[in-house]
Amino acid sequence: MTPARKQKLMIVGSIVLGSAVAVALMLYAFNQGLNVFFTPTEIAEGKVGADQNIRIGGMVKMGSLVKQGAGTTITFIATDTNEDIPVAYTGVLPDLFREGQGVVAEGRIDANGVFQANSILAKHDENYMSAEVKAALDAAAERKAAGGTP
Amino acid sequence: MWQWFYKLGSPRYFYEMTTGFVPWLARATFLLLAIGLVWGLGFAPPDYQMGDNYRIIYIHVPTASGAIWIYAMMAVMAAMHMIWNIKVADMVAKSCALIGASFCAVALVTGAFWGKPTWGTYWIWDAKLTATLILFFVYVGVMALRSAFDSETAASKAASVLTLVGVVNLPIIYYAAYWWNTLHQRSSELGVRDASANPPEIWIPAVFSGFGLIGLIFVIIILHTRNEILLRERRAQWVQELVKQETGNA
Repeated sequence: MTPARKQKLMIVGSIVLGSAVAVALMLYAFNQGLNVFFTPTEIAEGKVGADQNIRIGGMVKMGSLVKQGAGTTITFIATDTNEDIPVAYTGVLPDLFREGQGVVAEGRIDANGVFQANSILAKHDENYMSAEVKAALDAAAERKAAGGTP
Repeated sequence: MWQWFYKLGSPRYFYEMTTGFVPWLARATFLLLAIGLVWGLGFAPPDYQMGDNYRIIYIHVPTASGAIWIYAMMAVMAAMHMIWNIKVADMVAKSCALIGASFCAVALVTGAFWGKPTWGTYWIWDAKLTATLILFFVYVGVMALRSAFDSETAASKAASVLTLVGVVNLPIIYYAAYWWNTLHQRSSELGVRDASANPPEIWIPAVFSGFGLIGLIFVIIILHTRNEILLRERRAQWVQELVKQETGNA
């Protein structure tokens, strides 16, 4: 490699490295501010001020989903398995919303510590499977829970 | 190996070598895309909770990862152009910007159409989606910057520098769902070890459509680069002879 090429190579390298370092520092400075939601644990730790419009994310706790009256009002518990937070919501739910499923809710925490959501989004994971496979898996899990051999 | 590499850097050699190669690549691409899309959209089993909605992954995932890899290729070409002053590398980089921006746009739009029925929203400003939108803007910015110069050399140089700066965005897009809380799920692992999630009957069609889209990327880049070669080398003798030949045959 001629010295001129070597110099160009250094320039290219420093452009890439320089921008990478700059952006890395920027992202580091944002800290966790780039998260799209708070977890129930972060809320329990008091990271959110009262009456702030925020998003929370977690799982809809199994058996916690309750329909209030005849309307579209529901309550459920969002959990990250460590901490829980009760959520109340009135409105249309996404198709994927169900117990045991990820959920992201936007709203604010009221005086009673209940998260009053004004919008609900469903979060799903990166595992796709067919209905048959899912049914077989659930049956196997049930057998295992019952104490039999899977 | 190096000789072949240097030869490919010559516009004339690149043009002549790809003349016979492109039709075959195009045929293979068509076949792969047809198998992947018909299989994925028509015959793969529906997902246990998303039903048929999830089928958009056969387009969304290849175009989204394509948009990232095309950018990586564009950056390698930009670096090669800056360091070794290879003209063909710059022409390939120019072609990459166009198809990369298109792939990125398709990924964003299909993602929105997937997000509405599953998440309940077309768009959310989470880290992964926002970084992908930035990628689209960077692509458009590279194209705009290139066309803003009258001098070809200045345009190439400016576009190359901006391309290299934008590389930093690529790992951010990929790792966004690991570094931060996002609504977007993480990347699926192909279920070779774990039989339960992402079984072969779901991901094999995705492999076909993925390779089909890779083929499509190369077909478009090569065709676009060939046009660019003819345009930039229009004063070269071999191009003029080629034109004379073609117009003589017509």
